Amino acid sequence: MSEAAATPREPDEVGVPNPFDYMHPVLKDNFGNWDWHDRPRPGVLHHVSKDGTEVWTVRAGTQRQMDVYTIRTLCDIGDKFAEGHVRFTTRANIEYMVSKEEMVDPLIEALTAEGFPIGGTGNSISMVSHTQGWLHCDIPGTDASGVVKGLMDMVHDDFIKEEMPNRVRITTSCCQINCGGQGDIAINVQYTKPPKINHDLVSATCERPSVVARCPVAAIRPAMVNGKPSLEVDEKKCICCGACYPPCPPMQINGEESTKLAIWVGGKHSNARTKPTFHKLVVANLPNNAPHWPEVNEIVKKILVCYKENARDWERMGEWIERIGWPRFFEMTELAFTHHHLDTWTGARNTMNMSTHIHF
Amino acid sequence: MANNSHHETPNLDQLEAGPWPSFVTGLKRLRDTKGAQYAPMMNDLLGQLEHSYQKKMGFWKGGTVSVFGYGGGIIPRFSEVAKDYPASKEFHTLRIMPPPGNHYTTDLLRNMCDIWEEHGSGLIAFHGQSGDIMFQGCTTENTQKAFDALNKIGFDLGGAGPALRTAMSCVGHARCEMSCYDEQKAHREIINEFLDEMHRPALPYKFKFKFSGCPNDCVNAIHRADFAVIGTWRDDMKVDQVEVKKYVKEVGRKYVIDSVIAMCPTRALSLNDDDTLEVDNKSCVRCMHCLNVMNKALSPGDDKGASILMGGKRSLKVGDLMGTVIKPFIKLDTDEDYEELVEFAGECIDFFADNALEHERIGETIDRVGLPSFLEAIEVDPDPNMVNHPRTSSYVRTDDFTDEADKYFERKAREAGLTVAAE
Ligand code: HEM
Ligand code: SF4
Ligand code: SF4
Ligand code: SF4
Ligand code: SF4
Repeated sequence: MSEAAATPREPDEVGVPNPFDYMHPVLKDNFGNWDWHDRPRPGVLHHVSKDGTEVWTVRAGTQRQMDVYTIRTLCDIGDKFAEGHVRFTTRANIEYMVSKEEMVDPLIEALTAEGFPIGGTGNSISMVSHTQGWLHCDIPGTDASGVVKGLMDMVHDDFIKEEMPNRVRITTSCCQINCGGQGDIAINVQYTKPPKINHDLVSATCERPSVVARCPVAAIRPAMVNGKPSLEVDEKKCICCGACYPPCPPMQINGEESTKLAIWVGGKHSNARTKPTFHKLVVANLPNNAPHWPEVNEIVKKILVCYKENARDWERMGEWIERIGWPRFFEMTELAFTHHHLDTWTGARNTMNMSTHIHF
Repeated sequence: MANNSHHETPNLDQLEAGPWPSFVTGLKRLRDTKGAQYAPMMNDLLGQLEHSYQKKMGFWKGGTVSVFGYGGGIIPRFSEVAKDYPASKEFHTLRIMPPPGNHYTTDLLRNMCDIWEEHGSGLIAFHGQSGDIMFQGCTTENTQKAFDALNKIGFDLGGAGPALRTAMSCVGHARCEMSCYDEQKAHREIINEFLDEMHRPALPYKFKFKFSGCPNDCVNAIHRADFAVIGTWRDDMKVDQVEVKKYVKEVGRKYVIDSVIAMCPTRALSLNDDDTLEVDNKSCVRCMHCLNVMNKALSPGDDKGASILMGGKRSLKVGDLMGTVIKPFIKLDTDEDYEELVEFAGECIDFFADNALEHERIGETIDRVGLPSFLEAIEVDPDPNMVNHPRTSSYVRTDDFTDEADKYFERKAREAGLTVAAE
């Protein structure tokens, strides 16, 4: 073996690449000089720059986790029907930019023929922002891409139309760490049982002090079990958050009895009208019924129908509920309000009604 | 041996029906590619995923895999059920930083596909919640080769572990009239200045930057970044009264009043009797609602820049935190403005490195030490835009209140003086 072959290659620390090398030329030429836009139809944006240059964007849904064949199909469409440039949105939709209006229809036809739904713009339900799940994470309670595929099949019609009161952003997370983030609707794993500890493995696998430090409610303490140093959980204190599981896999939090799904509503990041808000608990303890999560989907659908029928234009889910009030929300959606909805965490008092503003 | 025949996947098969594109169909295409080096790996991957669906459990564990010269950027995955699914026993992810705004040519995408067919699984996610392109499914041996090939076409690893993480920016300047600063410039200048913190993880925990061109915050910076740069403007918004009248005519007065005027959070709007719009710019908080709805008539002003909010994060361990205002406004126009931003970002990273406890995000650190101490450390003056309202608790020692008030008045005088001098 030559010495060159044995010497590893030094990385070229190039960092964040220059987007101008890949950007559509019309976007490059009008960078920072856009004036207004409209949407000729769902899934299509039409932007006009200050000097009158126009560009049309066609947005299509993808499965996010794509095989090279899917990517090459998208590239073929880009070469044949667009101008060889694409971009992806934060929610894994692909966008094709074209400089002529007459290129829009053939592009839409080509994408539709290959099964990519056109939409996700304006007041639609865009792609669910999701995580890794069973496909790639080391701690997941459920799958991510699978549940999302099922959900998107269900809301497909509202992806390709713009008939919601405002945009709807759905997120999913496959453990309580919640990589998925805030959403108008969030579907998140919510454990219901304390971890089951395999005491034989703890001392060899886990850095015990850092596991103790990880617990939000100080429920973990070092202990000798069967003559071996291990960890012990005060099950009365434990809030079943799963935070101890990643640093200490022998503290198994997942299981048929423990891994349930919860639905949260009313989160938003945008500053439009109301300040950004966190989503709030609506239902917990739903079964993790892969691959279609029918119990979850049924409730999501119910919430979406109530929102669509009752919210005023431009009210996001949380703003709609703020207007009609939580009592009416639970009534409309036919869901139960329990003591689990009363917050008990730091700052809980700020979530209580400190007034006589009562909805009747 | 299961190796030459396909694993049965009755659960996954159900995810092939329906109108939405199916990732399962994609996985199967990879499995069925004759002669491909990744075909056996994808067969076993499908087998393990089906096994997860049946057992309702995940079967990956972490480990340590890295490329030469770097400490992070690879997410190692080793199968716990490799006995039954040997070809996918190693299934690591390379996190690769995309160009800001996620712009690609089809040539670039094809290049990436070719590299990933040669060294990896053929499965790529555009993009992870972290903002990276995720090249998912690589053996330990091939990780270095895949990275070298991607690196040679100008791409670099993103962040993982206790490190500076991959950033995200909205489409912004490239195709959005709301954009108030050059997101990709800020993004690249900051991240490329601190690459060492990304590639050689040595921070107490993760540190994320996100860049949104306006308060619509399309990349969710406010809640999902330790350091959020969100575009805004200081002067009056621009109103094209001809377009306003057109809009009123088109949708009707009632709609404009109900859906624009009445929805302004600070009651800053009023529809005049002649259907023109009156804006109380001192009350407007740049929420974007009226600009979003009356897109052609209203636009941001000329004196543009950004607000910086810090401390956003998800649950672990104190609960979710939104970012809060640390700099109400920074001007982002000249190269010097951007250099100042980079310098300020550096000070914040240094503070985090020196003061955060292990596994603590900066929002938690700020809460622990108190915002006043944090501001003092990074040399930022208190500002009423940082709060919803002043404190309500009397438990504070105020014996230097008068000195602090004097400083405030001095500062105000200096600001006013400078404005006068500049004119
Ligand atoms: C073993 C532990 C962990 C693993 C393996 C892990 C893995 C990941 C992965 C793979 C993603 C990207 C998801 C995607 O792109 O689809 C992610 C994102 C994320 N993770 Fe984790 N994570 C871990 C621990 C944590 C912890 C402890 C927290 C919070 C305290 C956390 C918060 C997040 C957040 C907020 C995101 C979304 C990031 C963003 O929007 O930029 N993770 N994590
Ligand atoms: S939400 Fe949890 S299980 Fe899902 S990808 Fe993130 S860390 Fe993994
Ligand atoms: S599950 Fe959460 S609350 Fe329970 S012991 Fe583990 S870290 Fe503590
Ligand atoms: S955050 Fe604002 S500037 Fe950026 S893409 Fe969204 S609307 Fe446009
Ligand atoms: S941007 Fe928001 S706060 Fe400002 S005038 Fe418009 S609706 Fe009101």
